[in-house]
Amino acid sequence: MRNVQTVAANAFREAVRDRVLYNLVFFALLMMGAAILVGQISIGIERDVIVSLGLTAISVIGIFIAIFLGVALVSKEMDKRTLYALLAKPVKRWEFLLGKFFGLVMTLTVNTAAMAAGLYISLWTVNRALLQSDVYILVAVYLILLKLALIVALALLFSCFTTPFLAILFTAGMYVAGLLAGDLRTVHGVELDPGTLKLMRGISYLLPNFENFNVMGAVVHGRGVPAALVWQDTLYAIVYVAIVLAGAAVVFSRRNLK
Amino acid sequence: MGRPFSCGVTGCEHAEPPPVDDARWLFKNMGMAQGAIEIENLSKEYPYGFLHLKKKKSLEDLTMRVEDGEVFGFLGPNGAGKSTTIKLLMRLIFPTAGTARILGKSIDDVSMHGSIGYLPEQPYFYDYLTAHEVLDYFARFHNLTAGDRSARVAAMLKKVGLDTAKKIQLRKYSKGMLQRVGLAQAILHDPQVVVLDEPMSGLDPLGRREVRDIILELKRDGRTVLFSTHVLSDAEMLCDRVGVIVGGKLRGIGAPGELVDMKAQGMEILFEVSGAAGNLPLLANATRTGERYRVQLPETELYAALDALKAAGARILSVTQIKPTLEEYFMNLVEADRAQASAVEVSGK
Repeated sequence: MRNVQTVAANAFREAVRDRVLYNLVFFALLMMGAAILVGQISIGIERDVIVSLGLTAISVIGIFIAIFLGVALVSKEMDKRTLYALLAKPVKRWEFLLGKFFGLVMTLTVNTAAMAAGLYISLWTVNRALLQSDVYILVAVYLILLKLALIVALALLFSCFTTPFLAILFTAGMYVAGLLAGDLRTVHGVELDPGTLKLMRGISYLLPNFENFNVMGAVVHGRGVPAALVWQDTLYAIVYVAIVLAGAAVVFSRRNLK
Repeated sequence: MGRPFSCGVTGCEHAEPPPVDDARWLFKNMGMAQGAIEIENLSKEYPYGFLHLKKKKSLEDLTMRVEDGEVFGFLGPNGAGKSTTIKLLMRLIFPTAGTARILGKSIDDVSMHGSIGYLPEQPYFYDYLTAHEVLDYFARFHNLTAGDRSARVAAMLKKVGLDTAKKIQLRKYSKGMLQRVGLAQAILHDPQVVVLDEPMSGLDPLGRREVRDIILELKRDGRTVLFSTHVLSDAEMLCDRVGVIVGGKLRGIGAPGELVDMKAQGMEILFEVSGAAGNLPLLANATRTGERYRVQLPETELYAALDALKAAGARILSVTQIKPTLEEYFMNLVEADRAQASAVEVSGK
């Protein structure tokens, strides 16, 4: 695991030096603007608006980073041929992939944690106090992070066998399809033959169900998130990420570098 | 039945001599000790076309070995298959057929990479790192203690002349400086076998000299070096043996002196003459450079020519034998391959 750690630490260092964390400035400006604005236009629901806006921003910024940097993790190394010298060391290809994955997840964790802190500061600025139910914001942020890890794994898989442009399209497509996975299982009011319905249901179980990780509605309104859901989502993300990364490792292990 | 052929190993005799330029015969029949690099029937095809149905052979049935402790030069024109062979050895690409072993271990065995160093062609490293950081990063993949790692990184930076630039990010480095970083990371862990893909590329004369010195130092330390190059003078100067690859096929392998016919093909005289000797018959065939004349002639006519020059008051500056060079040998192979390729093309039409 030492090789994985070394690659991961370098991937994190790359993200920091390539100024990926600069997106935090954008987030800070957004939250400051929102805090000033909601105080003027919304009466009584300032907290809800701030939480909703903050969690959406954390999720959207995270998704952009996960897709674009996730695809670049391997493709950039192959394009620039930085991988050549590395793979000539006693490093297995799967160790490289796993290191890259953990490096980006580490970056996203730091980024997401900083944004979550910004969200709490905004809440305190607006209300001059934090509620007990605000602790659930952390749960929502944790689930967003699991979702981002899953997106990174998918981006990594696609970048192992196709061009960066197509990998971005495939990953974004999988994300959108994954948001609709639940709907595919419960299609009503449409006349379809039983075979098609079965196929749709089968596909819905194969797709990563990103809606599982969305607890924003409950958290915005100060309702709790069941512990069972958090455990289930954690297990689901771990298993799904492990399967996707195993697939990526198999594909990458036989990939001819140019 | 003729006299049995001896391959050079004591007590080892064979009924048939080795086919010309066929290292395979030696490899299979000599029963020699394990070579540092052993390549057997290695081939690589690349699919191309819209559906990848067509295939282009980049390397064809390559069999050769590099002995322990020797400096081996891999020569060939662009696209000949040199880098393909090296990438196959480094497992960056996978062979269509054939096998290879380095230090007795299959190239599939990743642990073998702990004993080899590799400099890619036109190396590119993480440009957000400094030279010190990139070497420290690569050193972490070898089983080195923190102290040992630090000492080796410092020593390597000094060795390749980057000691003063070690804290500058690689994005500000020139091509030659990157080549030096590449060389440093290749030999950082004191490998047994060093594979260098075009190590002189992008270097100024001073840099080339330093690389040559490093290769010779590696040889003195008993390391095996395989390097590819276009620069034939480097190969002639450094290599115990060379392999010439053209069109994906190994066309010749051996010591530079064995590959080219070392028998003198004539003599060359370099001389200066005063105005009085301007009507010497020898001058008709001479090439003039400033006040100096250069004339080539058969060895049998040498002494008569020298006597004539002496009589005419010429100042003889040098007399040298004309020997074929590795470059001529190389060019002959390349031209033969091109002629063959165009003949195939014509017959195909």
